[in-house]
Amino acid sequence: MLQILNEKGDVKKDLEPKLSKGDLKKLYSFMVTTRVADTKALKLQRQGRMGTFAQSLGHEACQVGSAYALETNDWTVPYFRDLGTYVTLGFPLKYWYLYWMGNEEGMHIPKEFNLFTITVPVGSQLPQAVGLGLAANLKKDRIGILSTFSDEATSTGDFHEALNFAGVYRTPNVFLCYNNQYAISMPRSKQTASKTIAQKATAYGFDGVLVDGNDVLAMYVATQEALNKAKNGDGPTLIEAYTYRRANHTTSDDASKYRPAEEVEAWEKKDPIDRFRIYLKTKGLWNESFEKQVQKDAEEQVEKEVRDAEATPSPPIEDLFSHTYSDIPQKLKEQMDELKAGLNEDDQ
Amino acid sequence: MNGNMVQALNQALEQEMLRDDRVVILGEDVGVDGGVFRVTEGLLQTFGDERVIDTPLAESGIIGAAIGMAVYGLRPIAEIQFMGFVFPGFNQIVSHAARLRNRSRGRFTVPIVIRMPYGAGVKALELHSESTEALFCHIPGLKVVVPSSPFDAKGLLVASIRSGDPVIFLEPKKLYRAGRQDVPDDDYEIPLGTAKVVREGEGLTIICWGAMVPQAQEAAEAVEEKGIFPEIIDLRTLSPLDHETIIQSVQHTGRALIVHEAPKTCGLGAEIAAQINEKALLNLEAPILRITGQDIVVPLPKSENYYYPSPARIVRGIKKTMEF
Ligand SMILES: Cc1ncc(C[n+]2csc(CCOP(=O)(O)OP(=O)(O)O)c2C)c(N)n1
Ligand SMILES: [Mg+2]
Repeated sequence: MLQILNEKGDVKKDLEPKLSKGDLKKLYSFMVTTRVADTKALKLQRQGRMGTFAQSLGHEACQVGSAYALETNDWTVPYFRDLGTYVTLGFPLKYWYLYWMGNEEGMHIPKEFNLFTITVPVGSQLPQAVGLGLAANLKKDRIGILSTFSDEATSTGDFHEALNFAGVYRTPNVFLCYNNQYAISMPRSKQTASKTIAQKATAYGFDGVLVDGNDVLAMYVATQEALNKAKNGDGPTLIEAYTYRRANHTTSDDASKYRPAEEVEAWEKKDPIDRFRIYLKTKGLWNESFEKQVQKDAEEQVEKEVRDAEATPSPPIEDLFSHTYSDIPQKLKEQMDELKAGLNEDDQ
Repeated sequence: MNGNMVQALNQALEQEMLRDDRVVILGEDVGVDGGVFRVTEGLLQTFGDERVIDTPLAESGIIGAAIGMAVYGLRPIAEIQFMGFVFPGFNQIVSHAARLRNRSRGRFTVPIVIRMPYGAGVKALELHSESTEALFCHIPGLKVVVPSSPFDAKGLLVASIRSGDPVIFLEPKKLYRAGRQDVPDDDYEIPLGTAKVVREGEGLTIICWGAMVPQAQEAAEAVEEKGIFPEIIDLRTLSPLDHETIIQSVQHTGRALIVHEAPKTCGLGAEIAAQINEKALLNLEAPILRITGQDIVVPLPKSENYYYPSPARIVRGIKKTMEF
C-alpha cells in the first residue's frame, strides 16, 4: 500500500512530493473546509433545513488529495459522497447545498467546470466516464478523467463493462475507488472475494494501485501519476484508496445496527486531517494562529455559501418543464398551463 | 396484529418462510440491516443467512440469481432497494423472468417476487421517487401488484409468493408507516387480479392504486359537500387488470377518472381508459379524465408538489368530469 505519511504523521522522505509550502497549506485548508462544510450540512439536516445526504467524514484526504492533482482541462466524474472534491475544485458550494436541500437550482454546473453531475445509481457513471475518455482520444485532447466511486460500485456490471472498455481502448481514465469498507450495511469482505480491489485492474489489463486513503500526500501522488500516465497515452489506472466511512451511510441510516463502535473509534485515530497537521507542524508550517485562520476562513466561506443557498428560491414552474426536451412539446405546455391554472385556483 | 404496512409485510414474509422452506429472501441490506425500510427486520436472525441473503450491490445479479433459484425449485423473494434501481436488473426481468415459461414450453417457471418500494411524496433524492409500473405492465408474463393498506399488503404478498408467476410487488413507500390497521395474524390471501371498491358511490368512478388511494379518498370527502359521492376502486393488481370490477362500476356511475402518480403519457391510465372505451363507451356521460404525474422527471423535494397529484388536483378533475 502506498503510504507517505503514516498514522503518526511521520513522512517517508524518498516518496515525499515536491509541493510548495503554499500547496501544502492549501491541501490542509481544503480538508478543513470539507470537514466544516460536512459538519454544517449535518446540522442543517438535523434542523430540517436540508434533506438526506451522504457525509464525507473521514474521506477528506482521498477526495482532496486526488482532486488537487487535476488540471483545468481534466474532467471529474464524481459520485454522491464527494464533498472534498467540490471544495478542491473551487466549485461554488452553494450549489452543493442547494442540491441536497432538494432545490433544483442546485443542479447547475457552471461552464468553467469540467465536472459531471452527481450519479445516484451506483456504478452507472463509469461507462460514461470511459465515453469521455474515448471522445478525448478521438479529438486528440491531452486530458485525464478522474471518476470516483466506492467499494460497492465494483460489484456492478457497469464497473466491469467500463473497466473492460477502458482496457481495450486504452482510454485516459483514472478510476478512483474510495474503499471505505462499507456499502450501507455490507462490509467490504462480503462484497468481493478479491483480496484487494486494486487487483481487479490486472484482469482488465492495466495497473491497479492500493493507496492509503487517509494520507493526502499519497493520494495526491498516486492520482497525479495516474493522470500523467493517462495523458501520455499509457492507458487507464485503477486506484484503491483504503479508507473508512466514519459516518452513517446517509443521515437516514443507523450504522450502529451493523458495526461495532470500537471499529469506528479505531479509524478516528487514523484521521486524515490530524495526520497532515502533524506533518505541517514538523515542517514548521503550522501553528495555533494558522489553525485559527484556516478554521475561521472555512467557517466564513461555508456560512456564506449556506446563506446564499437558503436565499435561493426554488425554480419557477417553467423551469421544471423546460429541461425535459430540447423544446417544450405541446403536451408539456398543456400540463404546465393546467398546473398553473390549478394553483391559481387553489390560491383564491 | 395492529400494525403499519411495514409490519404487515414483515409478518407475511416471516409466516411464509415458516410455512414453506423453499421461500428465501435476497437483496441489498436485507439481512443484518433488516432492509433500509426494515421490511425484512429480524428474518436473518430467525432463518439464517442461507435463507436471508445479503447480496452485493448488483440488481442484475440479484434478479438473475433469483430466477436460477426458482428454476431449481425455490421461491425467491428479491428486494430491490428502490424502484429507481431496478434497471440494471431489467434485462433479467424482461428477457428471462417473464419468458422462461414460454421459452421452455412450461418446463421452467419463475415463481419469484420482486419487491420494491416505489413512488414520490417522501422528499427523496433523485431516482428514489419513481413509479414506472407501466413498464412492467407492458411485459407479457409479469404480474404487477400494488397494495394500499397494511391488510392488503399482507394478503397480496402472501398470494404473490404462492403465485406460479414472476410478480413485481410494488410497495408505496409513502404509505409504509402512514397508518395502522388490524391485520389478522392468520394466514390469508387476497387473490391476484382482484380490484376492490374501497368507497361506494354514484355518478363517478375514481380508479387508482397504491399511494393515490388515500389521495383520492381525501378528494372524494372534499366534494361531498357539493353533493358528489364518487366511487373509488383500488386496483391492487395492475397486471392482469380486473376489468370486471372496473367496467361494472363505470356502467353503474357513467363517469371515470383515473388517478396515477406516474407520468401521463403511456401510463396505465391510458390502458384503463381504452378498456372502458371498448367495453362501456355507451355508458359514459363524460370523457374519461386522467389526473397524473407530469411528463417530467420527478423534481427534487422542494418542487415535488408540482409533480405529485394532490387531492386539490383530483378535486378539480372530479369537478371537470361532473360538469362536462
Ligand atoms: C444501482 C443502485 N442500487 C442500489 C442503490 C442504493 N444504494 C445507495 S448507496 C448504496 C451503497 C453504496 O455503497 P458504496 O458504493 O460502497 O458507496 P459508499 O456509500 O460507501 O460511499 C446503495 C445500496 C443505488 N444507489 N444504486
Ligand atoms: Mg463504500
